[in-house]
Amino acid sequence: MILDIQDLHVYYGESHVIQGISLEMDRGEAVALLGRNGAGKTTTMRAVAGLTPCARGRVRFDGQDITRWPAYRTARRGLSFVPSGRRAFDTLTVRQNLDLAARAWRFPRRGWDVARVLKVFPLLEELSGRRAGHLSGGEQQMLKIARGLLANPELLILDEPTEGLSPAVVKDLGRWLDLLRGEGLSILVTEQNALFALAHADRGYVLEKGRIRFASDASSLRSSDEIRSYLGVARLA
Amino acid sequence: MHAFVVDLVSTLSTAGYLFIVSAGLTLVFGAMRVINLAHGSFYMYGAFLVTTLVGASSGARFWWAVPACAVAIGAVGAVVELGVMRRLYRSEHLTQLLATFGLLLIFADLALRLWGTGARTVSSPSPFQGRITIAGATFPSYDIAITVVAVLVGVGLWAMLTRTVVGWRIRAVVSDPEALAATGTNTHLLLTVVFALGAGLAGLAGAIVAPQTSIAPGIDQAIIVSAFIVTVIGGLGSIAGTALGAVLIGVAQTLGTRYAPNWASTVIYVVLIAVLAVRPWGLLGAAER
Ligand SMILES: Nc1ncnc2c1ncn2[C@@H]1O[C@H](COP(=O)(O)OP(=O)(O)O)[C@@H](O)[C@H]1O
Ligand SMILES: [Mg+2]
Repeated sequence: MILDIQDLHVYYGESHVIQGISLEMDRGEAVALLGRNGAGKTTTMRAVAGLTPCARGRVRFDGQDITRWPAYRTARRGLSFVPSGRRAFDTLTVRQNLDLAARAWRFPRRGWDVARVLKVFPLLEELSGRRAGHLSGGEQQMLKIARGLLANPELLILDEPTEGLSPAVVKDLGRWLDLLRGEGLSILVTEQNALFALAHADRGYVLEKGRIRFASDASSLRSSDEIRSYLGVARLA
Repeated sequence: MHAFVVDLVSTLSTAGYLFIVSAGLTLVFGAMRVINLAHGSFYMYGAFLVTTLVGASSGARFWWAVPACAVAIGAVGAVVELGVMRRLYRSEHLTQLLATFGLLLIFADLALRLWGTGARTVSSPSPFQGRITIAGATFPSYDIAITVVAVLVGVGLWAMLTRTVVGWRIRAVVSDPEALAATGTNTHLLLTVVFALGAGLAGLAGAIVAPQTSIAPGIDQAIIVSAFIVTVIGGLGSIAGTALGAVLIGVAQTLGTRYAPNWASTVIYVVLIAVLAVRPWGLLGAAER
């Protein structure tokens, strides 16, 4: 198992935001984490990555207990968290953003270096001298994913990757996800756009108020009327 | 003409040590958004420490004493970051200011115990004790030494921030510490290193200016005011801006002392007000969003 979360609890001050989540992922799986705004998707991911402390429960990564590890250690161990929103290092150039991620630590290379990332995202090559703060939302998304890949992860965690992207770029993103899955990378992804996430995942979990409400394989989640109406997804034409 | 050249060189040396102290202050502010009022204490400790290390050796030990001061004060800075500063990053500005002001008072008291209340002096190393003559003008050769060191520090910092991965991380930690941690950088360690570097620069400035000043309690507060003005003029967080600010204040001080000695200290504030009236975020600073 690449990721094994057992009975995770997270608090923000007094408020009990994650109330006992258990989630398991096999190596090479792509899993979607769905749910309405405020359900606790981001918090779950942050807790796994080590950015928010876990109050109770256990997180194992590739058999190793990483529950109390700080974020930089989980990243070096091979768990790459790509946060949502505009998170490029604004005052650095695109190329410096990439080089920084590529040289973050000495780690067994698993096939991603700057040259390969630029081949997958040729646009980043054109933008390489541009200040990252000047990129559009879609370009920043690309840069964040590229940075995540340069960590050469075994597990890639993406928070809301389609947020603010144009339909054309969303399509590109789908292609990249399929490419990465094809290489056997394990992927955990949250989405407002549930249909997009389920189209590129093997299984899905639906969170509600910090608990898991449904868990199933992607195709049955896609076709279940109950879940479609819960997530507010229109019926497929 | 000669008077002008001599003034110019003494201006550059004033600008030089002001730049070294202020660069430390602005570097720390740039990475952690904390204004460290105890930064002047590191400067004062560098100056006191160099008098102790050099002692009566009339300059012979000066060569290794200066770098030793920079390293020792840098180590003190690391301890202060680990013990105090890292508890403050999430606090409000007022809490941060009060805490660093507390540090300033503690350091001042401790200095009284370690070095007493009297003024101390130290002589510069023999090659720089005289005056040299260039193109018919003579001036203290030590002024030139300070200027050269300041230029080296400036170029070194610039190269580090723009050309090395560590420098990129220092710039990245300002914009997004969490995203930086998520790329595998130990951001806590990085901030300790930045703070130690800032403190070390202050210690270096104190040690290097020591032969030109009388070192006594109170120079910590005097220098923090000057350094703060220099960094604000230049734009907090900008190293190049700090260099500009240091030169401006160096010029203001030299001209003020020469032509209007009674107004010399006022001139600095006039420069500050004039710059901020035109550019509230400093000469090279970026407007905060
Ligand atoms: N930094 C925070 N401090 C306090 N409460 C927070 C914080 N971040 C999120 N929350 C709350 O935690 C709950 C879960 O939020 P989040 O994990 O961001 O949900 P999602 O990503 O599913 O939209 C929400 O009720 C939200 O208001
Ligand atoms: Mg979210």
